[in-house]
Amino acid sequence: MVGFVIVSHSAKLAEGVADLARMMAKTVPIAAAGGLEDGSFGTSFEKISNAIGQVYSGDGVILLMDMGSAVMTAEMVIESMEGRKLAMADCPIAEGAVTGTVDAEAGMSLEEILEELAQVGTQKKLQ
Amino acid sequence: MNTEKLIATIRKAGAKIEAEKDFLTELDNVIADGDHGINLARGFGEVDKKLDALADKEPGDVLKTVGMTLVSTVGGASGPLYGTGFMKLGAALKGKADITVPDFLAGLQLAIEGIMQRGRSTKGEKTMLDSMIPAKEAMEAKWNETQDAKAAFAAGVAAAWEGVEYTKTIAATKGRASYIGERSIGHQDPGATSFTMVLETVAGEV
Repeated sequence: MVGFVIVSHSAKLAEGVADLARMMAKTVPIAAAGGLEDGSFGTSFEKISNAIGQVYSGDGVILLMDMGSAVMTAEMVIESMEGRKLAMADCPIAEGAVTGTVDAEAGMSLEEILEELAQVGTQKKLQ
Repeated sequence: MNTEKLIATIRKAGAKIEAEKDFLTELDNVIADGDHGINLARGFGEVDKKLDALADKEPGDVLKTVGMTLVSTVGGASGPLYGTGFMKLGAALKGKADITVPDFLAGLQLAIEGIMQRGRSTKGEKTMLDSMIPAKEAMEAKWNETQDAKAAFAAGVAAAWEGVEYTKTIAATKGRASYIGERSIGHQDPGATSFTMVLETVAGEV
């Protein structure tokens, strides 16, 4: 099953998004990589690397990021882990986590889930 | 510039960032999330701890280690951006025991391209690129004209400060400052400022 890593500047936000996703997809491997080692705001190369290690399988891992350094640091972690099946999704982090994990639990592949996630950002909430 | 001189120069650049961290953080506080100086100073503090062990490495390897350390320890956008810059500069200098001005300029060009790619950014978006790109162009022009390293670096520093002034006139369209957009006009970019401080420190060692 595809795994997920939630990368955020905030430890609470990353944990919260992971918890939210677990409500609907209890069996999906999902790890939070939020904030810096000392709990302050920021994104940690090491936390992201470790989180990938926790949820990695041959089916791959999708990373969902909030913004700025979360995106750039996630990208550099992926570059440092050449040969592993890792991808960043370009979508809102909370909606993407729920959609992606439900898809993973239904047995969809990393490539199929990424296609779904690309649509998440285009959905309107008030229409 | 050989490894010994390079290590001493990096230490001075780190000390400069440490000394200016409150100022840089205040600049960042006005238009973004107020962590630039603190983050960069933390990164250069970790770099400082590693430098002694690099004395027998070639300059390119020293710069690559500096970049990797910044990526791992800064915690904000300046980590991947400065980290990519130093790593690209280091890769460009591979195999060279002594850095010449043309070597540095070629490496700086790759650093600029790496930062543009990493940040998905270009000139005119109120970022460090607004001081880096004019600095590189001015250094290259002065070097071609005079073959004088000191003069080339002085021209680069002057152009970089002009770039910092230019960032006051434009709105941020990249990074956290883009969230305040037009309201960022009138304020100088922290990343352009810190790059200029680092370049100025290097220029003082040439």
